Amino acid sequence: MRVPILQQGGYLIASVQSSLSDEELLQLRDDLVARVSTVRARGVVIDVTVLDVMDSFATRILRDIAQMIKLRGAPTVVVGIQPEVALAMVQLGLSLGNLETALDLEEGLTLLGEHTKAD
Amino acid sequence: MAKNNETKSKAENKEDEAKYPNIPGQPPDESTATLLRELVAHLRQKRSELREEWANRIQEAELLTAMTKEEILAEATSVYDNYVEALETGTYEALQSYARNLSERIIPRGVETHEVIGIVLLLRDVLARSLFAKYRDNFSKLNRILDAYEPAANRIANTVSVGFVQERERVIREQQEAIRELSTPVLQVRERLLILPIIGIIDSKRAQQLTEQLLQGIRKNRAKVVVIDITGVAAMDEKVANHIVQTVDAARLLGAGVIVTGLSTEIAQTLVTIGVDLTKIITVGDLQGGIEEAERKLGYQVQQVDPTKS
Repeated sequence: MRVPILQQGGYLIASVQSSLSDEELLQLRDDLVARVSTVRARGVVIDVTVLDVMDSFATRILRDIAQMIKLRGAPTVVVGIQPEVALAMVQLGLSLGNLETALDLEEGLTLLGEHTKAD
Repeated sequence: MAKNNETKSKAENKEDEAKYPNIPGQPPDESTATLLRELVAHLRQKRSELREEWANRIQEAELLTAMTKEEILAEATSVYDNYVEALETGTYEALQSYARNLSERIIPRGVETHEVIGIVLLLRDVLARSLFAKYRDNFSKLNRILDAYEPAANRIANTVSVGFVQERERVIREQQEAIRELSTPVLQVRERLLILPIIGIIDSKRAQQLTEQLLQGIRKNRAKVVVIDITGVAAMDEKVANHIVQTVDAARLLGAGVIVTGLSTEIAQTLVTIGVDLTKIITVGDLQGGIEEAERKLGYQVQQVDPTKS
């Protein structure tokens, strides 16, 4: 299933609806990077609330997405990581690097708002 | 061949018996009970003298330094009486319960295991020496008396030491439970600002519990900044430091920034020496500074208002 990407006030919101296979993750990456330039988005939010597992591949792809989107001039925020997922990630030594995170969609949008205001 | 051996050993035995008329182990006329009775009578007779010597030896050996001389003498008296009684009756229940009771009283005063074992062994020594003095001229009798005395004395020493250690372990178990029950509170001090004061020892079980509680707290209170205060953490090793780093990382994944406060000089030194990388973590000297920093991050401005003007 393709991850739907919504547009809201200059921001793109990718809302993950179910657990993702590796191909779907790559698809999400390609879709998002393509959309950022077509709609001239000011920021991207990836909502992973429904994910109850985050493996090393997913972590790496999320990092890659953020990096690529940054190269196209927009910040990325990952929102909705569950506490259990966060705990498992740090115990497995998975890191999102400099990727920004927020509690939920609302927080993420606020964070992006602060960023774009500062620019 | 076998018969030959047997006869030879018998002959050797005869020879030995001739050399040492009463070989230990096989008392010819007195039973162990009789000997013990004699022994107990002797110990009863010399009670105050031996007791005093024992108390003096305890002080000389600098055992039980947490107690005064009078207290030592009083305890010595009752231990002595219990000891002699256990020797006499051959039952250890009374001594056991006394030992437990004694342990209960002296453990809170900081008496160590080696001290208790030390004083029991001292008493054993004092009594043995008095036996040496008494039966100085009768070596074979001394041998038999010691045969009767040693196993009983060993058993008593064993009973008292084990009683003490068991009591100590019970206290430790209780304390561990008490510590575990002191769950780590996650407190909200301002909108979106949480405080997590950590007190005591962090083991991996507690660290896990702590991290889980913090993450739930962040979600529940929608926190943006968390101040972890470790003023109450006495020592930190690599494991604990890594737990804290993990907690900070996990909180960050939920979108909350973490400020660690209250690192003591010792901990700072240890961390630098063992090379734990805390550079990615914001640290502030004390809790107050941490809260001020958090308020700055959240955009709060605290202002003191002159009460006389309002």
